[in-house]
Amino acid sequence: MTRQSEILLTLTAVLCVLVLGIAILGWGIDTGYVLHGWIIAIAAGWGAMYLINRLTDPSPDIPLEYKDDVIKWGVLACFVWGVIGFTIGDLLAWQLAFPSLNGDMSWSNFGRIRPIHTTSVIFGFGGNALLATSFYVVQRTSRARLSSETLPWLVFGGYNLFVVLAVTGYPLGITQSKEYAEPEWYADLILLFTWVAYLLLYMRTLARRAEPHIYVANWYYLGFIVVIAMLHVVNNLSVPVSISYAKSYPLFAGVQDAMTQWWYGHNAVGFLLTAGFLGMMYYFLPKAVGRPIYSYRMSILGFWGITFLYLWAGSHHLHYTALPDWVQYLGMTMSIILLVPSWGSVFNGILTLNGAWDKVRTDPAVRFMMVAVLFYGLTTFEGSFMAIRPVNTLSHYTDWTVGHVHAGALGWVAFITFGAMYKMVPWLWKRESMYSLRLEAWHFWLALTGTLIYVGAMWNSGITQSLMWQTYDPNGAFTYAFIDTVDAMRPYYIARAIGGLLYLIGALIGSYNIYMTVAGPRLRGADKLALPLARPAE
Amino acid sequence: MDTKHAKLERHSMAFATAILFVASLGGLFEIAPLFTIENTVEKVDGIRPYTPLELAGFDIYVREGCYACHSQMIRTLKSDVDRYGPYSLAAESMYDHPHQWGSKRTGPDLARIGGKYSDDWHVAHLSDPRAVVQGSVMPGYAFLSDTSLDTARLPSSLTALSRTGVPYTDSQIENAQRDAGYQGDQDADNEDELFERYGPDVQVRDFDGNPDRLTEMDALVAYLQMLGTLVNFDTLNHEEIAR
Repeated sequence: MTRQSEILLTLTAVLCVLVLGIAILGWGIDTGYVLHGWIIAIAAGWGAMYLINRLTDPSPDIPLEYKDDVIKWGVLACFVWGVIGFTIGDLLAWQLAFPSLNGDMSWSNFGRIRPIHTTSVIFGFGGNALLATSFYVVQRTSRARLSSETLPWLVFGGYNLFVVLAVTGYPLGITQSKEYAEPEWYADLILLFTWVAYLLLYMRTLARRAEPHIYVANWYYLGFIVVIAMLHVVNNLSVPVSISYAKSYPLFAGVQDAMTQWWYGHNAVGFLLTAGFLGMMYYFLPKAVGRPIYSYRMSILGFWGITFLYLWAGSHHLHYTALPDWVQYLGMTMSIILLVPSWGSVFNGILTLNGAWDKVRTDPAVRFMMVAVLFYGLTTFEGSFMAIRPVNTLSHYTDWTVGHVHAGALGWVAFITFGAMYKMVPWLWKRESMYSLRLEAWHFWLALTGTLIYVGAMWNSGITQSLMWQTYDPNGAFTYAFIDTVDAMRPYYIARAIGGLLYLIGALIGSYNIYMTVAGPRLRGADKLALPLARPAE
Repeated sequence: MDTKHAKLERHSMAFATAILFVASLGGLFEIAPLFTIENTVEKVDGIRPYTPLELAGFDIYVREGCYACHSQMIRTLKSDVDRYGPYSLAAESMYDHPHQWGSKRTGPDLARIGGKYSDDWHVAHLSDPRAVVQGSVMPGYAFLSDTSLDTARLPSSLTALSRTGVPYTDSQIENAQRDAGYQGDQDADNEDELFERYGPDVQVRDFDGNPDRLTEMDALVAYLQMLGTLVNFDTLNHEEIAR
């Protein structure tokens, strides 16, 4: 595909989105929906102008270096969404401890703002971290510049447009209330366009690689991109009420919808929050410590094990429900086997540190990554454990699940991200090092303390509440009314909110540190750093 | 294994295709059969699509994200059945687009909440939860009583749902807006038409204590009061529905 035809093709796609935006602002009835029409139309209009400008430029100057400008924006977006997401998350935690903080207004109640938290951290913080690092890693490991000058910007812009539409819609009641897939049909369509562009860009960059082999980090990024595409399309199949409303009805109902939803939900965890971040680990951990990956075979086993098994495990979210038993048992079995490839990755990560363990003590970024891998090991063990049916009778519907998710999200996903960012930011902006190692260390200890308080509080509250639900007196009546079990949660909810606050403060310190690094002086001799090969191989 | 994989690593298209193939197996074997195996959703008397007013209530339940704290799925465990009632059947949520089974019980399960409390209790509790239940952590939803129900969307909603497979008849779709009003107003003597379209067990009354106006509170309470009441568990043949 020539450059001209590529731009024409993307321009067509952007014009489709523009038409969608104009249709929404023209036919829409509710204010929030019309506002979204305007946002879409303006963003797509801007994109179209940008593409037309590029189209009229006959011979653009493409420098022989890696395309890093878009990655810098990705880092910025990652931290902005991270701080927003952590703040709203902590607000929600305080709302549960002190319910009057809900304000009892439609837009401020727990149910409407909870998805702002989940979307900001999963898709805003995590998604942008993956976009940014995947662009960085695929170029370095392929020794090739990204295959397109325009597509990376459209992927970044379209993706963040999706997140903006999602989080601004929730307080106005625009949601399909499918957990972690709340955005309505039009936002889903925009994400689909973006995702196809992302896959194309990634594949075409790989095709330009000067290295014969595709490096293991790219397997994981590719797995993340391909599987999220499949999950997103199937789980968001829906029938919009009409162009006049944001509302749609999902195509599936009841038991089939529940199974599809948790096939999606569990694998959003599996391929966005796990596979993508394993890709990050497989590049930044060996780079940071200057050691090769411990075992190539373990990488292969880990990758294909995760890619195959994760997709079977979703039904463990539906134990003892109206889902047929055979699916529940199958999901439980696969969830237990899943521990093998998961811990394969853990050992591969930890053993890579052999010969460089001193860096854990001296370099907070390596410490972040090392602890991230430990939390990954802990969380995957806990996950397999909770998938066992009798254990699930205790853990399901309680805060234990919430604690489990946060052990993974705070301890693994965010820790590996912070570690990778502390390495990538100086490399990317060509700085000597981070602004302050002491601030990095402060961030690390605040984040670790916050996570441990959070997870510890949720283990206690979850198990306490579940046991209270199941306690009978000698006459066979329940000892506790439901509200008694809510009362018992109060101290844990306060502790959790404090843990979350520490985590947020750590992230703010991290953002400041990164800002000061970028504002600081440029590394001398920066132009002599690694460059892509002049001519792609093959 | 190593040499074969080394070959795969050299071909990006083959690698991406292999990922897609390996990753799609789980869904093909676990989800696809749920659509084809007949007894996945058992046939049970009493299950019917929502009336327009109940559907409006369901939409509000979805809009407010109630599922984040309330499940609608009574598991087959003794402690679930003793606390909430007979365990949930797949058929009971067969018209829920999307399902509201939930994943967290910050508040109690609502699958059989219908008829357990009076309308007044629900309105008072939704408006100010801690005035009714000391120690509750639920947000207040007083604004629902002040918001008129927008019934204009209902015919399109029923049409969209019928496209997903909910068996709404043409007459149900045509009269959706009127039926919502009929169900929320016991004085208007229009019940017969509603009964004809949705069966004689539809609950018809003013739900929110304000007969002058059809509000979102009417719709939500109508939905809650119907939840779990459609199947008569005294006459149900348990062996027939056993999975």
